[in-house]
Amino acid sequence: MPFSFPKLIIVCGHYGTGKTNLSLNLAHRLRSEGKSVTLVDLDVVNPYFRSSDYTKELESLGIHVLAPGGAGTTLDIPALPASIFSVFDTDADHVIFDTGGDDAGVTALGRFSGRIKEAGDYAMLYVINQYRVLTTTAQEAASLLPEIEAASRLKATGLVNNSHMSRQTTAADVLASVPFADEVSRLTGLPVLFTTAPPAAAGSLAGRIGNILEAQIYVKFPWENS
Amino acid sequence: MKGNEALAEAAIQAGCRHFFGYPITPQTEVAAYMAKRMPKIGGTYLQAESEVAAINMVLGAASAGVRALTSSSSPGISLKTEGISYIAGSDLPCVIINVQRGGPGLGGIQPSQADYWQATRAPGHGDLHVLVFAPSTVQEMVDLVMDAFDMADLYRMPAMILADGALGQMMEPVEIKERPKRDLPEKTWAANGHENKRPHNIVNSLYLTPGDLEALVKERFERYDRIKSKEQRSESYMADDAEFIVVAYGASSRVCKSAVKAARAEGIKVGLIRPITLWPFPTDAIQEAAKTTKHFLTVEMSMGQMVDDVRLAVNGAAPVSFFGHTGGIIPSPAEVLGEIKKLAGGAK
Repeated sequence: MPFSFPKLIIVCGHYGTGKTNLSLNLAHRLRSEGKSVTLVDLDVVNPYFRSSDYTKELESLGIHVLAPGGAGTTLDIPALPASIFSVFDTDADHVIFDTGGDDAGVTALGRFSGRIKEAGDYAMLYVINQYRVLTTTAQEAASLLPEIEAASRLKATGLVNNSHMSRQTTAADVLASVPFADEVSRLTGLPVLFTTAPPAAAGSLAGRIGNILEAQIYVKFPWENS
Repeated sequence: MKGNEALAEAAIQAGCRHFFGYPITPQTEVAAYMAKRMPKIGGTYLQAESEVAAINMVLGAASAGVRALTSSSSPGISLKTEGISYIAGSDLPCVIINVQRGGPGLGGIQPSQADYWQATRAPGHGDLHVLVFAPSTVQEMVDLVMDAFDMADLYRMPAMILADGALGQMMEPVEIKERPKRDLPEKTWAANGHENKRPHNIVNSLYLTPGDLEALVKERFERYDRIKSKEQRSESYMADDAEFIVVAYGASSRVCKSAVKAARAEGIKVGLIRPITLWPFPTDAIQEAAKTTKHFLTVEMSMGQMVDDVRLAVNGAAPVSFFGHTGGIIPSPAEVLGEIKKLAGGAK
């Protein structure tokens, strides 16, 4: 892991920047390092492509998943289970909160802001993606942060440069996003904690970009499963 | 881009500056994207008080000769059918997007293809058709929205993009290419102010003299016949030497492609025909394939609707089976492979 995480990790950002895929990567990675991990799916805004879609697979790896009531069923409603409060009392090594997109998506997180602050140290990762429509300039990407911080009643602690083109991401794409990430960093005053890259590209980027996190694609289309 | 955003951006690139909509999962991003983009480019984004109001605003805008768009998902499209019929009856071009979800009624919010009959058989009351395009990738969503606007203008009729929640919500890289401008007829019929330079135009769908109405509908059906002979579109995948043909469109065609590939790896001679236009249905391609195909399999996210058109095209030349899921469930490649194996096993 290119970065040392506190117990509470919050993943937030613009709708469609790759928050869920990043959350799944962090969960898998921390678990493979032998840590106990709980993944909390707080996305009650959009019922498509959520981390709770992967509950079965995650639980089989020993990653505990807490999801909105009835997720993935016809009773899918924007209600959060009370069991989420248990994460503040467990001795899990890491709790990852995968939030919904934009300020609307972190409103549910605001409910827990008091407990999160009480818990002390937390990492709130603001995910940016230069190749994501409507956030392709640093100004656009930075402008959403105050709204997200206001809605969540929490302050972001760092940026994750998750600039990608899905399955077509090349090392050159990642490299070309560095000035963008640096500019968002300048505008927001937040450090770039790490940059994600597909495994095939990560090797050639080592030494050229500090703190690379090899990111697998866990969020799959239905026709990619067998 | 997300599929829904790609649909919206493609419409803007096609010159659409008038969007009238109403939110509904899983198409809301079309409206959300338009709300952000339209004011910046001098366009109109209007969230109507209902789907019925939105389609009637499209009727008004289209009457004035501009490119107008509305989008919704299944229950909302049902509400729009009255307006769609009026638009077709007034010979107006427009584009309607349906990002389908499970039905009937409020149904569910997961992807579905159960509005095939509605789109191709009865998108409104009366004798009418609308052009129906079925994208299967986010890139194709872009391309077909542009085609839909052109074809709607060319034939003076509504065009529908029949997508589904999976395509609307999924993300794929897209390229929005500059396209050569198509030579389209001038909209001399538009009710956009005559400035005392020409007689005034009237846009109307009410004809109380039966003979007049019949003549008009007959002219429209001659147009429909021209469209059926000229505008059928489909994609063939590994179909050249195929003994078995899978027919599927949209998201389910991608599942089928995976299944066909897997079956080929096991030595089964199977191919895929993917309708790109659902109306006009690619009857010719299926008819041609029927000459050499032992068995057809239609796969849909419904109880079996397009299978009717496949059977009409095959016209008894070969058996046509159906496999599908409904209610928001996408068939898996393994399930479709299993169905292909059943056909192949049965034929030996």
